[in-house]
Amino acid sequence: MDELIAILQEIHPDVDYETATNLVDGKILDSFDIISLVGEIADKFDVVISAEHMIPENFNSAQALWNLILTLEDDD
Amino acid sequence: MLFTSYQFIGFVILLVALYYVLPKKAKWPLLLLGSYVFYFFAGWKFLFYIAGVTVITYVAALLISRNKNRADARFAELKALEKSGEGAPEECGKEARKRYKESQKKKRRRIMGVGITIALLILAVVKYTNFTIHNINGLLSAFGSSQRIGFLTIALPMGISFYTFQAVSYVIDVYRERHEAQKNFFKYALFVGFFPQLVQGPISRYGDLAKELFTPHPFNGRVLERGLERVIWGYFKKVVIADRILTAVNTMIDTPENYKGVYVFLVMMFYALELYADFTGGIDITIGIAEMLGIPMKENFERPFFSKNIAEYWRRWHITMGTWFTDYIFYPISVSGPMLKLGKWSRKHLGEKVGKRIPVYLASFIVWFTTGIWHGASWNFIVWGLGNFVVIMISQELEPLYRRFHKRFHTDGSTTYKTFQVGRTVLLMSALRLFDCYRDVPLTFKMFGTMFTTWNWKSFGNGTLLELGLVRSDYVILGLGTILLIVVSMIGRSGSVRDKMEKKIPFAGRWAIFYVLTLVIIVFGAYGLGYDAAQFIYNQF
Repeated sequence: MDELIAILQEIHPDVDYETATNLVDGKILDSFDIISLVGEIADKFDVVISAEHMIPENFNSAQALWNLILTLEDDD
Repeated sequence: MLFTSYQFIGFVILLVALYYVLPKKAKWPLLLLGSYVFYFFAGWKFLFYIAGVTVITYVAALLISRNKNRADARFAELKALEKSGEGAPEECGKEARKRYKESQKKKRRRIMGVGITIALLILAVVKYTNFTIHNINGLLSAFGSSQRIGFLTIALPMGISFYTFQAVSYVIDVYRERHEAQKNFFKYALFVGFFPQLVQGPISRYGDLAKELFTPHPFNGRVLERGLERVIWGYFKKVVIADRILTAVNTMIDTPENYKGVYVFLVMMFYALELYADFTGGIDITIGIAEMLGIPMKENFERPFFSKNIAEYWRRWHITMGTWFTDYIFYPISVSGPMLKLGKWSRKHLGEKVGKRIPVYLASFIVWFTTGIWHGASWNFIVWGLGNFVVIMISQELEPLYRRFHKRFHTDGSTTYKTFQVGRTVLLMSALRLFDCYRDVPLTFKMFGTMFTTWNWKSFGNGTLLELGLVRSDYVILGLGTILLIVVSMIGRSGSVRDKMEKKIPFAGRWAIFYVLTLVIIVFGAYGLGYDAAQFIYNQF
């Protein structure tokens, strides 16, 4: 989770990712940020976030994104 | 049967009345029948296209859904067999199950690919064949060949871009497991062919619209009233404003050599107003009719001309198209394997800052090229789409500069600066829309250039404006109508205008307002001698 927060902070350093729950709905992350994020996550966690996972619910908070990474890591 | 025809108004009244009179079970079949009757009047031959797209995407989604259910059952079976120790060795273990899951997913992807390719091919053939021939002929001519390919006579079926995109999104969403496939063919046919949205959208998603279409909505006077209010407001925009200003726009763009300089600026502003009133008016009629039937639809606009930049404008203009391109083109391309590899490569070789932009910009380029060509089979629309791409990319790159500027001059959030941003967006968007107006790209650039080389501003005061097909009273109506549009938009910034009216104005007062508005439509609608109600601009897309 800390690694993920570090990636997110590189994109928007001024956001409190521990509490923010509307990253997409609140227009904090735009499509450019999301694509950068997907690339970084692929590098760091070796998981592939595909187009079908690209829904606001998966990117609205660091926790939701972390849950997605865990699901993809343990895709069974 | 145009939205602005008496036949259409009669058709809607009859359909709404029947909808509430008929028993629950007959309500959605009535909507399907009504939708196909409407489409029949647009041209019976076009029925084959919509029926073809419906059948293909229905079958594709059903096959995907069946495969998914079978694969899930088999997956559970394999797990159970392994647990009981009865499973075949090659089928046991996490890796084996993962391989099975992947192989089934690949099958579903293939079915999806075939389904959407056929649907998009139909669209491509009817919409782009002659454009392709035109370009091949251009190439032949450029290489000195005298050979030419003859153009084909293909009529563009009404709404094909809209219902094809809707059907494609349905198949992809079934593949992405956003919802189950609809087993009832006729229910699915209603989703694809629901008549109000056939003319110019919005591009609905199955998950948003289907349930509402199939639910038998009981009569509710308030819902009917609200729907009717929206329809009347839509007709006001279309018939009083858009169809009136159309005359002046056409006069200036039909003979561009006579209308240079300040007239190009006038085309920019008049066409922006025409398109806004035409498209949002049409969508108001569409959503209003659906509302009269108790069916809520997704909004397609959110006061776009109050946007502070073009990226924001595109999040607020034709919203359902924008989200369609984002979900089904931008994201799939951006997160595809080759694009991720490109991102990795570019970050390594071009540095973190530049490298991470490459895949996003490439995907954006493809999206804007597609957006352009979706709007029309001509280079005008392609250049228009790419013009939007260039402006958005420049503003993205200038973002750090803006931030420094705001920090230095404390301008961020100030009303003056916001007004400047809104004005800038209006001018930029209106300038780009010139590509919609003039017959080709070089002429558009040339005409745009005359704004800075031909100084004929005196035309505003010497009565030439009255030679554009509009008389003094037309300008008064347009001026007052535009003020009304702006006032309503400003009131709408803090919530629904109709909600506010309902709270503050009694029933009789509201009806008086809409009665007057109806009278205004009848009296001041742009019908004259030989008037031919104009088709909606977006209908041709």
